[in-house]
Amino acid sequence: MLKRVHFQSSILPYLLVAPQIVITLVFFIWPASQAVYQSFLIEDAFGLSTEFVWFENFEYLFGDELYLDSFLRTLFFSAAVAFMSMSFALILAGFADRVVRGATTYRTLLIWPYAVAPVLAGALWVFMFNPTLGIFPYFLGFLGYDWNHYLNGNQAMLLVIMAAAWKQVAYNFLFYLAAMQAIPRSIIEAGAIDGARPLRRFWTLIFPLVSPTTFFLLVINAVYAFFDTFGIIHAVTQGGPANSTTILVYKVFNDGFVGLDLGGSAAQSVILMFLVIVMTFIQFRYIENKVEY
Amino acid sequence: MALRTLLLATTALTLGANSASAQTEIQWWHAMGGTNGERVDKIATDFNATQTEYKVVPVYKGNYTETMTAAIAAFRAGQQPHLVQVFEVGTATMMAAKGAIYPVEQLMADAGEPFDKSDYLPAVISYYQTPEGELLSMPFNSSTPVMWYNADALEAAGVEPPKTWDDVKTAAKALVDNGMACGLSFGWQSWVMVENFSSWHNLPMGTKENGFAGFDTEFTFNNDQVINRLADIASMGADKQFVYGGRRGDSLPLFTNGECGMWMNSSAYYGSIKSQATFNFGQTMLPLDTDVADAPQNSIIGGATLWALAGHEDEEYKGLAKFLTYMSSADVQAWWHQETGYVPITKAAAELSKSQGFYEANPGTDTAIKQLSLNEPTPNSRGIRFGNFVQVRDVINEEMEALWGGEKTAKEAMDTAVKRGNELLRRFERSVK
Repeated sequence: MLKRVHFQSSILPYLLVAPQIVITLVFFIWPASQAVYQSFLIEDAFGLSTEFVWFENFEYLFGDELYLDSFLRTLFFSAAVAFMSMSFALILAGFADRVVRGATTYRTLLIWPYAVAPVLAGALWVFMFNPTLGIFPYFLGFLGYDWNHYLNGNQAMLLVIMAAAWKQVAYNFLFYLAAMQAIPRSIIEAGAIDGARPLRRFWTLIFPLVSPTTFFLLVINAVYAFFDTFGIIHAVTQGGPANSTTILVYKVFNDGFVGLDLGGSAAQSVILMFLVIVMTFIQFRYIENKVEY
Repeated sequence: MALRTLLLATTALTLGANSASAQTEIQWWHAMGGTNGERVDKIATDFNATQTEYKVVPVYKGNYTETMTAAIAAFRAGQQPHLVQVFEVGTATMMAAKGAIYPVEQLMADAGEPFDKSDYLPAVISYYQTPEGELLSMPFNSSTPVMWYNADALEAAGVEPPKTWDDVKTAAKALVDNGMACGLSFGWQSWVMVENFSSWHNLPMGTKENGFAGFDTEFTFNNDQVINRLADIASMGADKQFVYGGRRGDSLPLFTNGECGMWMNSSAYYGSIKSQATFNFGQTMLPLDTDVADAPQNSIIGGATLWALAGHEDEEYKGLAKFLTYMSSADVQAWWHQETGYVPITKAAAELSKSQGFYEANPGTDTAIKQLSLNEPTPNSRGIRFGNFVQVRDVINEEMEALWGGEKTAKEAMDTAVKRGNELLRRFERSVK
């Protein structure tokens, strides 16, 4: 009752948030709710015959060995991409942090891969590693190593991991470099005066000091590997051979757009949606708050 | 759902660009990119020039899968084109969509357009008929797998082009012994090594006449004949007499680079091989497995047909009927056949190509037609009609890859493929109920 006296209600704040709300509703909430609805249906492609089946699509998925395989594969893929791209970025940033002359050039060059579209990044690797025409299989041939990622699932997996990680190195590099440059010089100098060599300074001072960045990048890279690598996989392996590079997002596309199984595909996207919610929650709840050094 | 919304939006945007004009417009969505796309444009332009009432507008919508998905999304939004090109494995999905499609034979009859099915090559149109014999869609680009060979390499190795699988093995060994990097490779392996291997030897691939007689069909291609053949090929992989080069046409460079001496794939690769190969090449019929049959039956086609979609004005369908008549005329078909390597869809077009001396000038280019019309098609060899077949092909691809990679035996691979395939068939049966 008292409040009403103090604050005049105004329509303005509502108007100000309205565009944001409308955009969220139209472009996020509505499609998402459609996906949830569709995941309860078994329907033919043309939408001529529809059956409401509650959770049957989900039951089918969790009883499907291939889906569970794809789940584990995605976890492995994400972990590998995150580890590879972050460790490379960390090493490069470690060097770049010490560069005095030509630092801008060096940095600019390292940022380039980030500007490459995933499909193009994929195409580059396809050409380099084409078993028949590519330059790398040609060199590997001299070493007596037979490269054929059309046939060998592990090679195919390695290839998409490399392609996906390569593209992300630049992004991680930027963050690591910024984090390192934010470390007060006096700390490093103190370490140097105490007689720590560069490598030791890196491990005992710099690495712990950039750990908030590491955790932040871990989430970002995991999300990237989960959801943004579709273009790379589509260009490089199309999920093959024998499903060995079919990660979850690729399976959503393949079942929905190629196989026209709309209900099953929607159920998979609902599961993915749930995963994003969980990951976002983890990031906000724990990582943003709890990382201390 | 999200992807549907996205599709609708895209479709609406595409269609918004078309404006009305005095002529009756007929939208034709197709999946022919590159040079073949230009040829499609030419067919439409030429037809438009023959009359003033109708205007056929060809629109390229991406690859086969993308084109089909786009047409389906457009249908759901009530914006479907009049005519859409759909690949052969989408046939079951299309024909199950009663109310969405307009059977071509009925369309021709309703429009009063003369149409005689007996003009068409039986092996081509039998794939697209109902069990009662009604033609559902108009064949457009059809091909069939053949055996391509490197004539120079075979000669150097001292062997003849193979006729049987025993010949293939002898030739592959001779090629590798003579220093070739690989003897045999193939592409579109489900189509070539399972679907066509079955029809060529008059074996069923599934029950219910390969799905023609009902959606409650089940796969049976895990029979001994298919398994033995695949196991034998897998054993050739040990010393490179067989090399797997990927799905679809990915293995083409293996052949055109001169690494593999023999390559089994679509007859429609004629143009590509002709422009890329630096050696003398030839094509011959698919090899016969003498353990399975004494003589080949006939091969089945791949490629695509044109489906008319329901929901437009009668007047527009009249124009569409006229266009279909024009498109299947002997002149247009003979030209299309000779330019692309696809088989002609009518007997008249095949005759015309012959009388023009095309086959004499280009020996072997009639292999596909010969294979298709070798015998009157049987229920095992007139084609296949399985729901969710796009995914089933993926399943077969995956299992065959597991076989070539040595992770599974031929029996394990085919048994799993049949099991997984049957699950997909049941899901399809439910969705169209």
